[in-house]
Amino acid sequence: MTAPIAICRKILAAALIAAASAAPQMAAAGVDSAAIQSGTPLKTLSAYGFFDDVPAHSPADRVLPYDLITPLFTDYAEKLRFVYVPEGKTAAYNPDEVFDLPVGSALIKTFTYPADMARPGEDLRHVETRVLARTDKGWRAYPYVWNAEMTDAVLSPLGAKLDVSWQTVSGATRTISYAVPNMNQCRSCHVKGLGRDRETTPIGPEAKHLNHDFAYADGVTNQLVKWRQAGLLTGGPDNPADAPRLARWDDPDAGLTERARAYLDINCAHCHAPDGPAHTSGLYLDSRETDPAHLGVYKRPVAAGRGSGGHDFSIDPGSPATSIIPYRMNSTDPGIMMPELGRTTIHDEGVALIRDWIAAMDE
Amino acid sequence: MPPIADIQDTRRFLPGTTAALLAALLAAPLTATAPVAASAQDGGTGDTPAAETTEATEATETTDAYTAIQQALIMAEPGAVIELGPGRYELSDGLSLNVDDVTIKGAGMDKTILSFRGQETGAEGLLVESSGVTLMDFAVEDAKGDAIKVIGADGITFLRVRAEWTNGPDALNGAYGLYPVACKNVLIDGAVARGASDAGIYVGQSDNIIVRNSLAEYNVAGIEIENSYVADVYDNVARHNTGGILVFDLPGLPQQGGHSVRVFNNTVIDNDTPNFAPAGNIVGGVPMGTGVMVMANSKVEVFKNRIANNATTGVLIVAYPNEYEDEKYYPYPEGISVYDNSFENIGFAPDNEIGELIASISGTPVPDIVWDGNVPFWHYLAGIPENRGIYVGENAGSADDGSASFMDLDVIPFFTLSWFHSPSTDLPDHAGGVDALPGATLPADQEEKARTL
Repeated sequence: MTAPIAICRKILAAALIAAASAAPQMAAAGVDSAAIQSGTPLKTLSAYGFFDDVPAHSPADRVLPYDLITPLFTDYAEKLRFVYVPEGKTAAYNPDEVFDLPVGSALIKTFTYPADMARPGEDLRHVETRVLARTDKGWRAYPYVWNAEMTDAVLSPLGAKLDVSWQTVSGATRTISYAVPNMNQCRSCHVKGLGRDRETTPIGPEAKHLNHDFAYADGVTNQLVKWRQAGLLTGGPDNPADAPRLARWDDPDAGLTERARAYLDINCAHCHAPDGPAHTSGLYLDSRETDPAHLGVYKRPVAAGRGSGGHDFSIDPGSPATSIIPYRMNSTDPGIMMPELGRTTIHDEGVALIRDWIAAMDE
Repeated sequence: MPPIADIQDTRRFLPGTTAALLAALLAAPLTATAPVAASAQDGGTGDTPAAETTEATEATETTDAYTAIQQALIMAEPGAVIELGPGRYELSDGLSLNVDDVTIKGAGMDKTILSFRGQETGAEGLLVESSGVTLMDFAVEDAKGDAIKVIGADGITFLRVRAEWTNGPDALNGAYGLYPVACKNVLIDGAVARGASDAGIYVGQSDNIIVRNSLAEYNVAGIEIENSYVADVYDNVARHNTGGILVFDLPGLPQQGGHSVRVFNNTVIDNDTPNFAPAGNIVGGVPMGTGVMVMANSKVEVFKNRIANNATTGVLIVAYPNEYEDEKYYPYPEGISVYDNSFENIGFAPDNEIGELIASISGTPVPDIVWDGNVPFWHYLAGIPENRGIYVGENAGSADDGSASFMDLDVIPFFTLSWFHSPSTDLPDHAGGVDALPGATLPADQEEKARTL
């Protein structure tokens, strides 16, 4: 049995759906790169042709599954990620930034819940699929919400709220009000820059997040190697060991600092960066940040309001109980929680990691 | 809810230029734009939702206020005017706009009310991430975080907008009412801000700012200009806050070295609300009854203000008091002029440890104008360079001769070399004072719009 999902908020997509191009919904005919490039979102996920079998997510030609070593936390959802690069084009390897995928490319991410968290990957109930399309005018983010029959996902510019249930590893039933972001909210996390120069950019497909093995249908291969073999990427070191790599946040063999920094990087640094929306805080959480004050050590809050929790510092070394970062991670109050969007539950294990990291710091 | 086609029509009628927008507003008011009707909810304001409500209900039977308004914000084309009819909109989620040159227009700050009492998601009531936006004639109430945040805009105008937490001062209220940050060309005119647990009107890390004709009350800080360049704050009333008007510069931020701020013609009275900021926030240290406070900025003019009934002091000029690790930061106030103000009934009950420290040096009542005297050590030894001191002149107040009383607390020796400590009531020796600042000038079209809308 699949997890029950009810659509609480009527999904209104009138204008964009009306404006969406009426592309024929052909299966197995390849990806509609022209549609991606045009900047007009298609009405359904299936219309793009990313998948030969849409519910099963069996990828079409030049669509490659991938994952991140340490992924962003989103309400315990599993994520199915795919990259598409049009025939005849490639991205160029860059050790320091998200790969610059060519126009006509897309990143596709489906958020899905197994009915039983003890059996990950099985009996999946897809909730939403986010398509990040590299159009002629830059990246555009489009949210798609899966229909009740789980046959396809429909463009939902206004997002949605969905009751999502699953069985936890301990056997309890958990139900949350899952928030599919609207188009503005998609952009809020993906935006870089200020004023009229703001640009939407992807988060994640970067060497440091991709550089590990992935179990492809035809065998296990390092993702950086595979992307080149598949003709999506050019350049980069022959040996992946020479490329940057972040720790897996829950890898028991990795160092505590490396795990915590990787976790903060993927969950926070897209916003907490000198060119990100949270730059005004002066708190920068990229894994390469070396200034302790920018990282939060003895850094006083600027505009945190009650998000400070009564604490003086983002990180009070040795004292997670008086540090603002874990306080904000450990809340679902919209006036306190971080990130501001994208979760309605607390990531208990993530909070524990950051607390352990701060506790282990020298005072 | 009107058909979406109406919104798209705005592009035809309002092709994004100010002239066209104004012309369209005059020629075809309201109908060509995109009114969003209030959901049929009892506002308790005496206003009945407008006639469009019926139409809205028919068009989208289950549309809630959030969906209706957020849809209009997402579908808007540059130049669009999104109208919010009178009524009370109960919003479950934060709203956001990221289309340039859009106007959001209500029927009045007491008629069109966006209430976030039941907010479930979003860190602010309304988030604006685009440029050239005008927000006018509506209110945002009881947001879970900040009421209206505008980030990174070139051109943002607030006209007759109210931000309020309706339960009065409370540490659980959001931090900021009107909150433009990292913006350029900011105009806040005729606004009202109440109940913010940090600052009612807060302009941070911005450049070229005017805050005028506004009322800030029952906030921790009434109006605050922080880490910003070139700001004019005038013709406002700041009353019943903890501190009336604050001009601050803080370390560790992308934009610092705040300078060129004029605070004039304001009424700064009765700031008598006990500090209710959540701990950890810098304004948590502001003593109740601080009229105007200048911290670590350079080039600030405070003139022609009426400052009365403030229990700690009238104007407080201080260095940044905390430790910091930021080599680029300069913690001392320099080039500060305080003149032509009137002070009445000041310093009668200095508040918190800062007030007590001041009173321990100055006695009670605390003088009308207080400077901590904290300067870089080489200035202390060699004297203050020209135009970088504190200049106090021509104020009316509580001194025997009718001028304002003043004290340089000389705090460095107070803590370190107490036998040399010599607080002074002499006006600082600072010949001629500081050159008058030119003030802020907004782009002509932004001012023109503010005059005519």
